[in-house]
Amino acid sequence: MHQRFRWFSLVAMAGLSLYLVIGTAQPAQAMHIMEGFLPMGWAIFWWVVALPFFIVGVRSLTRITREKPELKLLLALAGAFSFVLSALKIPSVTGSSSHPTGTGLGTVLFGPSVMTVLGSLVLVFQAVLLAHGGLTTLGANVFSMAIVGPWVAFGVYRLFASGGKQKFGIFLAAALGNLMTYIVTSIQLALAFPSASGGFMAAFAKFAGIFALTQIPLAISEGLLTLLVWNWLQSYATDELQILKSLRPEA
Amino acid sequence: MNQPSENTSSKSSQPANQGNWLIVLGVVALAALPLVFVQGEYGGADGEAEEAITEIQPDYEPWFGAVFEPHSGEVESLLFVSQAAIGAGVIGYVVGLYRGRRERLPSS
Repeated sequence: MHQRFRWFSLVAMAGLSLYLVIGTAQPAQAMHIMEGFLPMGWAIFWWVVALPFFIVGVRSLTRITREKPELKLLLALAGAFSFVLSALKIPSVTGSSSHPTGTGLGTVLFGPSVMTVLGSLVLVFQAVLLAHGGLTTLGANVFSMAIVGPWVAFGVYRLFASGGKQKFGIFLAAALGNLMTYIVTSIQLALAFPSASGGFMAAFAKFAGIFALTQIPLAISEGLLTLLVWNWLQSYATDELQILKSLRPEA
Repeated sequence: MNQPSENTSSKSSQPANQGNWLIVLGVVALAALPLVFVQGEYGGADGEAEEAITEIQPDYEPWFGAVFEPHSGEVESLLFVSQAAIGAGVIGYVVGLYRGRRERLPSS
């Protein structure tokens, strides 16, 4: 037991040092795509892609609130969690700051469709009041943060929850949902701005390569914070979690 | 650790609470360590996104401006703090309510 712990800390130290050394490369560009920074065609394209998901999400949201009004409080919690986390710009190893997305918790609780709506609300708030992200790029940002992120988190969670590793599944779901959000963001940027010499792949490597390292510690933070709130809910909100379980099959 | 979620009474709430301190510590460490060990400007990443784009396509002009631009860095940080504060308030309220409700129930 003791021996294993020492090995673990040794590996952790080595990993962290390596990470800090590699990570000092360049400042990153992550977060959402800025207002006006997608050509009009792409902006419209992502709006059109995101809209159906949003409509499905609104439907599933209204169904939940109508059938189980006692879950509204939990819904508020899921939204508030995303609200807080996306306001936290956390410094990272690359010497720049970025923020988590907070969509993992709501996904685990209510499923990805509901989180599409809640995440979109957060993005609208940030675009209109904080000049962070934008309205023209809202479709693209919704697609990355409120659609792909939650669906990836959902898949990961399902995979591990069915294997009995529920807590680890929640951690990993939130962390990978966060990472995927930023990978999709760089795919979107690379599609809109392929590099003149290397095309899409070169541009993607540029966009993704810079921020992947920034985002890893944030993804871990997001996974941990999601687990924290989940622990609270498991201790204090057993009734609500039971109700959610009964909803699961159709969601 | 991996008990199914149903048997959460007094049994699993204790280890969960202990784990929570470690979780908070971990998050703080992840945010603080880079500040100590890595020299950097810690600027927002949005600006650097613009730079990367203009590097690839120097002639790109953003075709739409922000609807509302915070008037200064202070105003912007105020808005971000409000966002976090509102959210944290809601989380605290909901979790506190759930906890109080649970503790009022006799041993369930």
